[in-house]
Amino acid sequence: MIDRPLSFLDRPNSYIGRSVPRPNAQRLLQGRGTFVDDIRLPRLVHAAFLRSPYAHARIRSIATAEAARQPGVVRVVTATDLAGRYTPWVGVLTHMKGLKSAPQHPLAVERACWQGEPVAAVVAESRAAAEDAVAQIAVDWEELPAVADAEAALAPGAPAIQPALGDNLAFTRSIEAGTVDDAFARADAIVEDIFTFARHTGVCLETRSILADFNPADRQLTVHHSSQAPHMMKEIVLRHFPLAETGVRVICRDVGGSYGIKIHVYPDEMAVIALSLLLGRPVKFVADRLESFVSDIHAREHRVSARMAVSRSGEILAVAIDDLTGIGPYSTYPRTSAVEGNQVINLTGSWYRCANYRARLRVAFQTKPPMSQYRAVGHPIACAVTEALVDRAAQAVGLDPAELRRRNLIADDAYPWTSPAGLRFERLSHQRCLARMLELMDYAGLRREQAALRAKGIHRGIGLASFVEITNPGPAFYGVGGAPISAQDGCTLRLDPGGSITVAISVTEQGQGTETMVAQIAASVLGVSLERVRVVTGDTERTPYGGGTWASRGTGIGGEAALQAAKALRANILTLAGAILQAAPAVLDISDGWIVDAASGARRIGLDEVGRAGYFRGDTLPPDVQPELVATRHYQPREYPFAFTNGVQASWLELDVETGFVTLLKHWVVEDCGTVVNPLLVDEQIRGGVVQGLGAALFEECAYDAHGQLLNGTLADYLVPMAGEMPDIAVAHLATPTATSELGAKGVGEAGTAGAPAAVMNAINDALSPFGARVTAQPATPQRILRALGRV
Amino acid sequence: MSEAVDIRLTVNGEAVARRVPARQNLIDFLREELGFTGTRAGCEHGVCGACTLRIDGAAVRACLIFAAQLDGARVETIEGLSQSGEIADLQAAFHARNALQCGFCTAGILVAAAELLRDTPRPSRAEIRDHLSGNYCRCTGYHAIVDAVEAVALQRGAAGGAR
Repeated sequence: MIDRPLSFLDRPNSYIGRSVPRPNAQRLLQGRGTFVDDIRLPRLVHAAFLRSPYAHARIRSIATAEAARQPGVVRVVTATDLAGRYTPWVGVLTHMKGLKSAPQHPLAVERACWQGEPVAAVVAESRAAAEDAVAQIAVDWEELPAVADAEAALAPGAPAIQPALGDNLAFTRSIEAGTVDDAFARADAIVEDIFTFARHTGVCLETRSILADFNPADRQLTVHHSSQAPHMMKEIVLRHFPLAETGVRVICRDVGGSYGIKIHVYPDEMAVIALSLLLGRPVKFVADRLESFVSDIHAREHRVSARMAVSRSGEILAVAIDDLTGIGPYSTYPRTSAVEGNQVINLTGSWYRCANYRARLRVAFQTKPPMSQYRAVGHPIACAVTEALVDRAAQAVGLDPAELRRRNLIADDAYPWTSPAGLRFERLSHQRCLARMLELMDYAGLRREQAALRAKGIHRGIGLASFVEITNPGPAFYGVGGAPISAQDGCTLRLDPGGSITVAISVTEQGQGTETMVAQIAASVLGVSLERVRVVTGDTERTPYGGGTWASRGTGIGGEAALQAAKALRANILTLAGAILQAAPAVLDISDGWIVDAASGARRIGLDEVGRAGYFRGDTLPPDVQPELVATRHYQPREYPFAFTNGVQASWLELDVETGFVTLLKHWVVEDCGTVVNPLLVDEQIRGGVVQGLGAALFEECAYDAHGQLLNGTLADYLVPMAGEMPDIAVAHLATPTATSELGAKGVGEAGTAGAPAAVMNAINDALSPFGARVTAQPATPQRILRALGRV
Repeated sequence: MSEAVDIRLTVNGEAVARRVPARQNLIDFLREELGFTGTRAGCEHGVCGACTLRIDGAAVRACLIFAAQLDGARVETIEGLSQSGEIADLQAAFHARNALQCGFCTAGILVAAAELLRDTPRPSRAEIRDHLSGNYCRCTGYHAIVDAVEAVALQRGAAGGAR
């Protein structure tokens, strides 16, 4: 049943809701994509960096003469050489009250604050020559005390990593809602735990890559960047380098994975821009895998003390959490490093009815690489903590975990709803999602199978995790705090003379299918086949202005801009067609590339004829007609700060209690992202996100010693999920469109990552329950599981 | 380090003669010297599988072999395998199933999958997962890739098992 009026989305031959493959995937399948490292320009030179080997050290001096003498070397620079050529940046937002950070530079000035911080750069005719020369740079270091542990960083007397800031507390915030103490006092049971979440990182297969090409003749800087947000990057360049707004172009062609990693400002990339300006020639930098591990932003690193009060009947009475997160020596620019923790305390428990909520967040500086936003910012922590407490509460009052969720999830008819932390939910479907999940996974059957196997000494676990996901952020997320991050996106459509449609849009593509989604919307509204639509993204000179692709906003915001622009172009085309056919535009329609009579569907003239008349044969048109075959529209969400989505995940796994090894048998996701434009692409966003969450839950950890030294900085030592360990993932959808846009789409990019770690941790603890053991640390490695079992 | 070696080899069916630095990896030789950028470097120590290509019919990591070792060798990259049509069914299945997102791992995975189907025409899903366990994909979560490879195995089987 359609619960809204018929719209452009319901036109005959609509592509909305159809699983069409991505036209732009063909070039990638044939090795014909263009990633930054594939671009070669005349006089191109390559940069390599000397990075700090210490977590914290003073730079007494740097000797570069020997490096400069190496064959093929063009220039060796340190911070001194770049001074005055840029302005430093500070990763704060004015609406994050009290957040502090220190100025950051392309190359470390006098002191390095993490192992991997760039200290000097060599530019040479090849990357190999540049690396050879880096090895000849001599730095006189004075090692300073490392402050690696976030708890120790906040201890009284800890040395301030940024002395000008006074201490290592970057940000703190508390939430108090309802009557928390009273609720705990009257609880029938209280469960509590301390959860730890290791640092991990994005491990994009294409490492961070940038090619900065400054042409001094016309003072034009062109930046080829592996990034999600070209317009933002242009603003960043303008803020920090002496260039005119007309003199900077940022181009993002194919991007080899990003997931939030490539949306931040990195010192080495800023150094490459400075070097291109200095040298007046193109400079390329592609991080190698080893430097990626110590220079890409890291994610998570939380220690969360959490408690939940529950009544005998299974009502959640109160939730209280205290989150400590370590962000490295700087708050990352321009999104900051406080949003991760802020979202943890905003989100925790928010999908349950419970109104009594207390939270505290502390964000600490430490001498490790900067930590910042990565896919599902804060969500996996909020979800894992909440859902672990829910399982323990169920156990405490003798209820099945699914039943406790059913009794406490917000009712589907209770919306609009405001959470204790102030999150506003327009309309969610937790109860229906849970019911659908229990049926999809055959929950009752799995419980029987689990019991039967347990009797044979086979230990399997079932884990459930409900969740919400923040999508479609509005301007109050970043723009209000002073960041050059646009919450709106724009789309321009053009009818070409042959009847094809060229679309330029400011949301970007990193393989999730943005361009296909936009093409489907444009083709549906304009009544043309998908093959006749060409979508252009990732270029500040060729697309309207907009935020790009992050925070699960591509379809919800970019898709709506495309829908509105397509409607406007459709009206323009019909106006011209009406003039040609001497008919009122209202009696005409466009179908399958033809202008047709709206009532009968009879074909009148082809779109190619309209295009040719508009562009070449103005002489045939009435004298007052000026064809306008281009239309642009912009969209930003205004009614709600975010469009929340919701869902539930489930994990079924087997635990070897002798070795601590976990075998993932199956994973399920039931999700509600509103209107689904392309089910094939949406399902793969979910699956890919799930597997990133499974990596966090079981494998991935940037392991540091007490001196702030990374112990596993190679892909051989840092474990990522590979095909052999991953399960099949079943995905099902409910559709509750947002009423705030005509398209009704919410985001989907992060839902998988948000819920998967919680489902797996709960499943492991379910398998461990006969032993009275549980794990509360992620990743749940065999060692941690065996330790929980008391076997090591 | 500055020593150079003369090599003659075939790349995608074309004869190539070059003097290469002794330390140059095949991946850099192909990308920097010959312009075959379809083969991509992901980790440069043989773990991620992104640079997997074919040498004398066998799937090999291009980051773990020096160009200087390849005198007389027959190298096939994604560009050549695409042009010959040999893996067209795999590419079509990957496309239809959306078994790629960013595409950075795809060339290596296609080479690995082609090798599997040559040696094991009807692999189980577990065998597909096992064979592809040396190829890292951060985007898809692998499920779609397994589906696509399985679909091609079934198609080829239905086509008469001539392979």
